[in-house]
Amino acid sequence: MRFQRWLQAVKNQTALAVGVLIAVAYGWYWLGGPVVVMQGLLLVASVLGVAPILMQAYQALKVKVVSIDLLVTIAVIGAFVIGEYNESAIVTFLFLFGSYLEQRTLKKTRESIRSLSEMAPQTAQVVADDGTVTAVDVDDVAIGDHVLVKAGGQVPVDGTVITGSAFVNEASITGEAQLVKKEVGASVYSGAIVDNGTLTVVANQVGDDTTFAQIVELVEEAQDSKSPAEKFIDRFATYYTPAVLVLALVVGLITRDFKLAITILVLGCPGALVIGAPVSIVAGIGNGAKNGVLIKGGEVVNTMAGIDTMVFDKTGTLTKGETAVAQVVNYAADEATVLKLAAAVEKQSDHPLALAVVSYAQQQGLTALPIVTHIETLKGLGVKAQVGEQLVRIGRAQLLTDAGIIINKQQRAVIEASQRAGQSTVLVAIDQTLALIIGIADTVKPEAKAALARLRKAGVKNLVMLTGDNEQTAAAIAREVGITEFHANLLPAEKVDYLKTYQAKGQKVAFIGDGINDSPSLALADIGIAMGSGTDVAIETSDIVLMQSTLSEVVYADYLTKATARNTVQNIVIAVGTVALLLLGLILGYVQMASGMFVHEISILVVILNAMRLIRFKVR
Amino acid sequence: MAKLVMQLDELSCPSCMQKIQAGVSQQAGVESVKVLFNASKVKTEYDETTTNPEQLTQVVTDLGYNVKSVKVK
Repeated sequence: MRFQRWLQAVKNQTALAVGVLIAVAYGWYWLGGPVVVMQGLLLVASVLGVAPILMQAYQALKVKVVSIDLLVTIAVIGAFVIGEYNESAIVTFLFLFGSYLEQRTLKKTRESIRSLSEMAPQTAQVVADDGTVTAVDVDDVAIGDHVLVKAGGQVPVDGTVITGSAFVNEASITGEAQLVKKEVGASVYSGAIVDNGTLTVVANQVGDDTTFAQIVELVEEAQDSKSPAEKFIDRFATYYTPAVLVLALVVGLITRDFKLAITILVLGCPGALVIGAPVSIVAGIGNGAKNGVLIKGGEVVNTMAGIDTMVFDKTGTLTKGETAVAQVVNYAADEATVLKLAAAVEKQSDHPLALAVVSYAQQQGLTALPIVTHIETLKGLGVKAQVGEQLVRIGRAQLLTDAGIIINKQQRAVIEASQRAGQSTVLVAIDQTLALIIGIADTVKPEAKAALARLRKAGVKNLVMLTGDNEQTAAAIAREVGITEFHANLLPAEKVDYLKTYQAKGQKVAFIGDGINDSPSLALADIGIAMGSGTDVAIETSDIVLMQSTLSEVVYADYLTKATARNTVQNIVIAVGTVALLLLGLILGYVQMASGMFVHEISILVVILNAMRLIRFKVR
Repeated sequence: MAKLVMQLDELSCPSCMQKIQAGVSQQAGVESVKVLFNASKVKTEYDETTTNPEQLTQVVTDLGYNVKSVKVK
């Protein structure tokens, strides 16, 4: 056992030793030394070189796996037997050295993801109730613990700031290096680095539940998540290697040409083919992760590259979701009372429109909100809540009319005017009367128009906007952003229906939404893209997560996946082409064992280096 | 069912993956094995009454792969 481990550990040194021996052997001979010495040195080199390979072949056989090592071992021993010490020595050297180079280059390819997981915080400074600070392993921090993070330190948990303020670098999560100011009440991510300032944070999520840990896990799994093509190649390789063995045997028996048979063993190694697609995917996904675009696997890359239709949600996706109350029209006796009721109810919701109402009430200085005893959400329509003696309904016009509440002509005119101005209207009704019409405005994301234009140019033929908001607002936003097809007043289920229609027409559809309200659409679309900013739901349900929540990231995802898919194809062509060339060379007599192995190793390196180009990929 | 994650040294050959996959899954008590080639990790679910982390780690080490760290979930 120990000897085996040692043999593996010194594999690289062995490669070097073998190489040196070969060089010395040839050098000596060319300088006029006797052939015997050269042969002797090559023999030693062969034995030295084949040892680790033999060991690997043996271990594979023990678990019933026919590996490349077995093929090479047999070939080398075969060459040995017929006295071709130079062939055996060179083949072992090339195999070992090739393995070393592969390890080095693969390491570089996986670098982005490796550095991501290495950025994970290891320790936390936990503040006890009495104020003492102890250094604790990050896995031992409990929810509710207070942790102290000083300048230069890493936030060890997902949490909320309870004291202090600081500028924080969230690049490991969002991919954006701009410093963000965090003050009391702000939420911080595990993995973020405090640039200057000090924070005390109460832990909301710890260990493997933090957004950072989830991202790392997601990316690690994604690297190895195989597309159907890759799965096929894997299965192919499992049968292929034993098949080569059999083929060599058959050919050897038929032609009685031992040398030919063992050469087939060497040339038959699948090498570059097996590694071709996966290595491109790894590089592509790694690049994405570094830039805040989390792609969940090889299959996602291929599907995204073929998308021709992109469907956008409006609020929070095309617009900033930073809604603000633009106007309030009051029909009740006391506006303040109604606002208090509305704010109390809206406080229970995370919807951008609800947040706008709550912050408006706050700005008006309305505190001491009444208590909501019961609340019911009607998806797509609004909420219905019991506050003390009164029944409060907040939402769209349909919510009220369904309950028999009358909206008169003048009120409808107000709603209409507000919507034409591009506002979303929220109606507040107390018991059976319409009390307030609130107009809420949302701004379109500044990069929206440019991003959509680029997507169109990149080949995404259809850009569509689907929203639950009213027709007028939708029209205004669509105009501003450059979308010609849009549908408004939709319930979540109706959005899904539109997606189904497009797919039935044979279109490949991507849906871009904010993850919380759009789960059905994200799930049904060929590609679900979530502007999650790290929410758990977004990470779970979508295929691609955009950590910066910008539309430019959508463009990046599109360009990156297309480049990765192209790269994969290039690699497969190189791999298959090499095997074809080698076979041709064998038939024409140009290729021997050593030169065959050389070409084989070169093809593997070429494939890996080609994939590495994706690491430096950028969207100009 | 207990879960185990082993962090290995850099894996560079695809057949390594097959060897580890076969080796660990053939152990009594192992429910599932997933080898993450690119992250160089081995994730496995096993019955803790039949086998334990030390045994499973030994299997991988015996195959010739250095296990850098083990995380039991």
